Amino acid sequence: MTVAVAAAAVGPAPSGDLLVATDCTKRFGGLVAVNNVDFNIPRGSIVSLIGPNGAGKTTFFNMITGLYIPTTGSILFDGVELTGRKPHEVVRLGVARTFQNIRLFGNMSTEDNVLVGLHHRLKSRWYGAILRLPSVRREEADAHVRAMELLDLVGLASRSATLARNLPYGDQRRLEIARALATDPKLLLLDEPTAGMNPEETRRLTDFVRELREKLGLTILLIEHDMKVVMGISDRVTVLDHGERIAEGTPAEVRADVRVIEAYLGRGAAGGG
Amino acid sequence: MTAAARLRRPSLPGPWERAGSRRRQTAALIVLAVLAVVYPLVFRFLQQNLGFLPWPDTAVLIVCATFGILALGLNIVMGFAGLLDLGYVAFYAIGAYTTAFLASGHFGIHISWWIVVWIAVAAAALAGIMLGAPTLKLRGDYLAIVTLGFGEIVRIVFRNLGDFTLALPSFLGGAVLIGPNANLTGGNVGINPIDPPTLPIPGPWGDQIVFSNQNPTASLYLVLGLLCLTYLVCRRLRDSKLGRAWMAIREDETAAAAMGIDTVTTKLLAFSLGASFSGFAGAFTGAYQTAIFAESFNFSVSILVVVMIILGGIGSLRGVIIGAFAVTYVNLTFLRWAGEFLNPPIDALGRATGIGLLADFNLVNYNFLIFGIVLAIMMAKRPEGLFPVESAKAEMHGIGISADVTGGGPDELAAAEEDVIAVHVPSPAVAPDQPEDAR
Repeated sequence: MTVAVAAAAVGPAPSGDLLVATDCTKRFGGLVAVNNVDFNIPRGSIVSLIGPNGAGKTTFFNMITGLYIPTTGSILFDGVELTGRKPHEVVRLGVARTFQNIRLFGNMSTEDNVLVGLHHRLKSRWYGAILRLPSVRREEADAHVRAMELLDLVGLASRSATLARNLPYGDQRRLEIARALATDPKLLLLDEPTAGMNPEETRRLTDFVRELREKLGLTILLIEHDMKVVMGISDRVTVLDHGERIAEGTPAEVRADVRVIEAYLGRGAAGGG
Repeated sequence: MTAAARLRRPSLPGPWERAGSRRRQTAALIVLAVLAVVYPLVFRFLQQNLGFLPWPDTAVLIVCATFGILALGLNIVMGFAGLLDLGYVAFYAIGAYTTAFLASGHFGIHISWWIVVWIAVAAAALAGIMLGAPTLKLRGDYLAIVTLGFGEIVRIVFRNLGDFTLALPSFLGGAVLIGPNANLTGGNVGINPIDPPTLPIPGPWGDQIVFSNQNPTASLYLVLGLLCLTYLVCRRLRDSKLGRAWMAIREDETAAAAMGIDTVTTKLLAFSLGASFSGFAGAFTGAYQTAIFAESFNFSVSILVVVMIILGGIGSLRGVIIGAFAVTYVNLTFLRWAGEFLNPPIDALGRATGIGLLADFNLVNYNFLIFGIVLAIMMAKRPEGLFPVESAKAEMHGIGISADVTGGGPDELAAAEEDVIAVHVPSPAVAPDQPEDAR
């Protein structure tokens, strides 16, 4: 029900690219983590970023979300330059993320975690909270309803009062997605969302991600190691290796790419092909 | 089954549970209020008839309540936002001196206390921002050291501004700009007398009520009112958007920023709002004692307040108030009372054995040793404090932790799903922190 309401507000996704990264480089001292990467995310698509460990995938995520400032290059989101903006400003523009190693607010309740995600949409100020103005009370009540809707969406409504740290691992992953959705994003970045999940949970999460795109009109970028997930869900796949983009295309194209096979399996493996 | 049932029990009071306990809370508050009103009236009777018990006198209760306000304020900074502050006394001093400047004969300014108190609050809040702004990037030990220094600097500045000269260096002409021997703060002697708060209500006590140490009963009612106000404000802040943002920063600053929280503004608000309560307490203390001097705002006050909130239960509003009352009571009444029994035999023992340390023994002098021991025992046995928030209890004792927040493999996941209670999943080779992928 919630999903339908939100979808109506979003409407059909306009075409074009939601995010355009041009010539992005990130150096840590002498180490080049990301090197001259061009990267586009078409509106309404699901794009995967894959590559061996240390390829620079999470660094790239951190550049989009403002945790790192690119050494060179530009990242345009919906026509707005993201580079140089602080993390909280990027979120307010409509980019939300989850973390590879789950980073929930462990000692806060499940509902409070989602309420923190709603933070920037609440207009109340500290003096309003002290005086408990009618507008603040109304806003808090609305926020509570919205938080419960989001928890319902990820199937955690019955756990709203549980401390986040006490949730089972799979629930923590889902709560992180609910928290990210609370920020009302246009672009959702998922960093290894199925890491540590069993096949059944992986399948359910894959369906859920697809549903998010279809019903909420979200554009989704994910880092993923599970090739079954990547090939099954993605419209486009970009492959990074040693900080460089070595391939880009549909899942089928990428799977057939010699350089990708080399990067994953070593030079010898691609020799026959 | 029992495990599942235990897990579903909400570990934080949700809106429902809060609404359900509201009645109990109201009842407890009424009882406390009646006790507070009656106590100063029956104190003499209690002391005369049950004098073998250590009854705190009204003046002690006033100090208790003042420290209650301080503890609630520091709890915002340390308990909610997780920023270790060892210089909290500075804001207390700033509040007290602001009051002294604006309501005493020192400068001949006599503004009503009811107005001055808000100026003192604003001054302390401003000082909080001044301390917060340069220390935004610091956490933990480093922040503690800077704040400790700040507390000492403020005290010393207030002391030294009692007799100072501001002059241009000789190569610029050496002209004296201020002074010589200018007196801004009264130095070691301090400022005395300060106008106490008054209310123009005539009665058997005269034609107005004066809230000074000459009239402890009225002063107690005033400071308890201020404490209630502070408690109410703290509770509303805790349950607001800002309170959640503070706790999110305490839990994980990076994740908080990634959820749209402006960490700079939020931390500055913690410093300034926390400091403002200290200014509130300082404005009361200065006016109630009608005298202040710099040395009373020393480092040990900061430490005492930290002890109070750790002992009471960091982050818990009720806990820190109880902590403040308990520590102050022990410090000012209980040790003196216990000393009456313990001092003479220990003293006699010291003289008989010739151990100088025991001769002239006075238990009151060992208060910080006792607090230190109590704190050490607490850290070992009950680190979450006497009246903790549920989350702290869970954190300190690992109750009901089913999966490690930092990771967990596919194998452990099944276990975590099945047997939800007390299965602590060790994190396999997952990088503990970022940069996650920057190798």
